[in-house]
Amino acid sequence: MELSELTPILLQGAWITLKILCLSLPVAGALAFIAGLTRLFAPTPLRQMARVYIEFFRGTSALIQLYWIYFVLPFFGLNLDAMTASVIALGLNIGAYGAEVVRGSVLAVPKGQYEAAVALNFTPWSRLWRIILPQSLINMIPPFGNLAIELMKATSLVSLITIGDLTYKAKTLADATLQVGEIFGLVLLIYFVMAQAMAFLFRWLEARLGRGLDRGGLRS
Amino acid sequence: MTSPIIEFQNVKKQFGELALFENFNFSVEEGEIVSIIGSSGSGKSTLLRILMTLEDIDGGVVRVKGEPLWHMSKGDRLVPADKKHLRKMRNHMGMVFQHFNLFPHMTARRNITEAPMRVKGKSRQEAEREAMDLLALVGLQDKADSYPAQLSGGQKQRVGIARALAMRPEILLLDEITSALDPELVDEVLDVIRNLAKEHSFTMLLVTHEMYFAREISDRVCFFDQGRILEEGPPDKIFVAPEKERTQAFLNAFISA
Ligand SMILES: Nc1ncnc2c1ncn2[C@@H]1O[C@H](COP(=O)(O)OP(=O)(O)O)[C@@H](O)[C@H]1O
Ligand SMILES: [Mg+2]
Repeated sequence: MELSELTPILLQGAWITLKILCLSLPVAGALAFIAGLTRLFAPTPLRQMARVYIEFFRGTSALIQLYWIYFVLPFFGLNLDAMTASVIALGLNIGAYGAEVVRGSVLAVPKGQYEAAVALNFTPWSRLWRIILPQSLINMIPPFGNLAIELMKATSLVSLITIGDLTYKAKTLADATLQVGEIFGLVLLIYFVMAQAMAFLFRWLEARLGRGLDRGGLRS
Repeated sequence: MTSPIIEFQNVKKQFGELALFENFNFSVEEGEIVSIIGSSGSGKSTLLRILMTLEDIDGGVVRVKGEPLWHMSKGDRLVPADKKHLRKMRNHMGMVFQHFNLFPHMTARRNITEAPMRVKGKSRQEAEREAMDLLALVGLQDKADSYPAQLSGGQKQRVGIARALAMRPEILLLDEITSALDPELVDEVLDVIRNLAKEHSFTMLLVTHEMYFAREISDRVCFFDQGRILEEGPPDKIFVAPEKERTQAFLNAFISA
């Protein structure tokens, strides 16, 4: 097959990859904040639950997590289509890593900030939302950018539960045509371009958020 | 005589193995200005931090305006304070920190208005008007829109004072508020406190290494040594004719420094 025939097929797959990425990123982000803040501030039983979630999803294989959600949950009466299962699995997996980023960034805010907030009699809620989180947000962005790229790379796992993503398309094309060099070369390039685009996006986000904060002296 | 505004009764405070305060007694009258001096590690900050509810106590009772700070009355017993009680009691106190602890993501004005708005429910308009008055009081009207990073140390600390005053505390706690400043910036901060002290409208508890300043503004000076008040009295007595040898040694070290 000509390159001009291969490329559109691969791009179809890339589109699916992008879709899964865009759906699972917000899931991972939300879970990162919920689990990270719960682990820090919630009452003990909840805190323990967050901890178990974080340790478990960081400590086991993402592929097996995906298999569980797609193949095993139906035995418990929970049938998810492949797309939903993928988004949930990837969101849960990367969310667990993100939770540690949130926790670390919150803990990195100097203790004096917390003490000033107590002395001014802010509620625990305001302390967090008005004082601590705005200062820790900027520190979260670069590691979040890395995790977003990890997430993008992990999307290739969904090809193993029959989703026609970029990896899946590449694999079937390669099996059919045996043009492994061209196909996998193109696939590498497409993944690389997507990763660069995300890295750029997060750097832009950091610069934008940083502009206000430079004046605020949060970055030197 | 009225009852004291601050009262430590047999207070115990422990940090792991270190028993910092034991049977610690101390009281302050309303409107009194008390300076606390003493070498590093003698427990001066801890005293203020207990009052600001940043450190709890391991025994005894602290009373503020007659009411237990770290306890609540339950029948005729005292039980440990809950969060609600602490929030209520905190309203009596304000604190200025050695390292300012300004909120770096807020302008000077927002640093001052944030707590009156969020905690006291004041309107933005009212809070900002008061903030501008306070900034004028500390000589920083023109810095309202500056971020902390754009201010000198002395200016930061004056914002820190204004921020504490905005909550209208009856008791002002000042922990070495000029220790982190370059020498030439110390006076602009002390001047603000001097003016506040003249009015005697607050009770002030200040930890300081500025001996001349302490002598000038205090009603009473307490010399701390290893978690005890070794000697206390009017400034003219403590600074001119201290009785205890350790007090003399401490003050001599300052004069020769
Ligand atoms: N959070 C803490 N944990 C352990 N030890 C502490 C803590 N805070 C204070 N200390 C100890 O208590 C003693 C008194 O400290 P502090 O009140 O800060 O003294 P000062 O302000 O007079 O220099 C010191 O020995 C200090 O190391
Ligand atoms: Mg101290």
